[in-house]
Amino acid sequence: MTWEIDYLALAPELVIVVTLLVVLALDLFLTRPNKYWTATAAVAGTALAAIPLVILAVEGENVSMFEGSYVVDEFALVLKGLFVVSAYLVLLLSHHYIESERFYQGEYYFLLLASVLGSLVMASARDLIILFIGLELTTGPLFLLAGWRKGDAKSNEASVKYFILGVLSTAILLWGMSMLYGLTGEITFAGLATATAGLADEPAMIVAVLFVIVGFAFKISAAPFHFWAPDTYEGAPTPVTAYLSVNSKAAGFVAFLLVMYLALPELSEIWAPALWILAAASMTLGNLSALRQSNIVRLLAYSSIAQAGFMLVPFAAAAVAGTNIEEGFSATVIYLVIYALMNVGAFATVIAGANRTATGDIDGWAGLGKIDARLGVLIGIFFFSLAGIPPLAGWFAKFAMFRAVILAGGTATVVLAVIAAVNAVIALYYYARVIKAVWLDDAPAEVPARAETPPSVSLRLALLISAALTIVIGFFPAIATFVGDASRIIAAGG
Amino acid sequence: MLVNQFLILAAALFSLGVYGLLVRRNIVLILLSVELMLNAVNINLVAFESMIRSADATGQIFTIFIITVAAAEVGIGLAIVLMIFRNRRSADVSDLNLMRW
Repeated sequence: MTWEIDYLALAPELVIVVTLLVVLALDLFLTRPNKYWTATAAVAGTALAAIPLVILAVEGENVSMFEGSYVVDEFALVLKGLFVVSAYLVLLLSHHYIESERFYQGEYYFLLLASVLGSLVMASARDLIILFIGLELTTGPLFLLAGWRKGDAKSNEASVKYFILGVLSTAILLWGMSMLYGLTGEITFAGLATATAGLADEPAMIVAVLFVIVGFAFKISAAPFHFWAPDTYEGAPTPVTAYLSVNSKAAGFVAFLLVMYLALPELSEIWAPALWILAAASMTLGNLSALRQSNIVRLLAYSSIAQAGFMLVPFAAAAVAGTNIEEGFSATVIYLVIYALMNVGAFATVIAGANRTATGDIDGWAGLGKIDARLGVLIGIFFFSLAGIPPLAGWFAKFAMFRAVILAGGTATVVLAVIAAVNAVIALYYYARVIKAVWLDDAPAEVPARAETPPSVSLRLALLISAALTIVIGFFPAIATFVGDASRIIAAGG
Repeated sequence: MLVNQFLILAAALFSLGVYGLLVRRNIVLILLSVELMLNAVNINLVAFESMIRSADATGQIFTIFIITVAAAEVGIGLAIVLMIFRNRRSADVSDLNLMRW
């Protein structure tokens, strides 16, 4: 047994660990007016974590540690890159929001960075224990962050609902994992992949896999296990909502895909139909509920449920058809990466828009584009991108999705593709409704022509970065294809 | 060694936990139900381990991790209970109905 630790491969995690300890220590010594330094440290530390990621990507060597339980390969690096970039953007969104509402700052950044650390661990996890620890480290701090507006009844409610459903899903997931262990005696993905061969007819195995799927479905808020998401998203502070719908969802997705793709490929006849149902139900329920929303954050919550359905489509379709699973997997990862970038941007516009109009209602945003053209254009960019209109990044996500489905072929796959196509049209309707309110409706008289507080520098920077990425990927989808290719080079470890 | 009776015990505890979580209205009792579910998983793992007897006692190591994480989770849960109680002088979840589920 060797316990050699490659510190360079662990450097991104280590940088985040050091940063969160620095933030905690700074919080102890700084006086109240100087607390903003904790935010600066958190932003700087997250930016620093990108450096070892780039070095590792250039080296391009697969590192496998702890007997294959912890692997740093290109797939892990791509997703760690995504987690670091989106965490950086969320930190930028948080900065002004947290300071202006007089929240506790040091603890906020400490908990957010702890959650980022969990998501980084999850991208490298190749056994059930590390996966479980990563998942809990990602979601645990978020139970508290969802209730960060302590005096606000809605935020309290968001926190309680998220907590109860979060621990319930953890328990269900663990039950499934314990059955997997009991039936095979393995916890590493590589070991499970060989030990589960031929067990697809075992009733206990079917139960175990279904429990694992239900546990993950709660985490990624796929219908019909999504009902906590809109309430939590609405009640939580908006930067936390952005983090929930981007990082924490992406991390849940990564864990879900890893377990299905690496650990249980032999059991795809059990989980493929379940994924098919989750994908179809999430798209349909998410989109139909989004149509009726008047609050912009709730609309984005249901939209993110629907987008989770779209993300599952290529992987589920390929698994049901039993062909081109690699294509399906990389299309799902491409979708995940693009979704994360444009959704952070959408939430940044929500913060800026709510700051400008003092309301989160879509009707309250009427005429926003005429008062503040720059913000209006940005809202247009992100919401059209979410709808999948070229030349914005969202179109390529949808394109990759449909391409993988067509490659897979088969009747069940075609049915799923038709459901996805119908849903893409429904989604366009409610995204366009926001843009119509912003650009075509007349502004109510009481909205002042000039903003009382202009958007902060950090918020502008976050908007700029995410808008730039959304446009650049839309024009040069080769970047996203590269991401997809890298995700195909995935080491099982062991 | 027979492992069935342990699995049945664990399944019964897990089901009790799910029932409690769905039916109880007090957040503290909901936390207890969650503990029941996690401990059912622990029984499962330890029972399987005694059957499998793997070289590095994987099942028991997994159990120790679950116990640790469960303790942290209860810490978070109690913090949330305290916050709710300070705001509304009750720990009843049926009061939390500002937003539709």
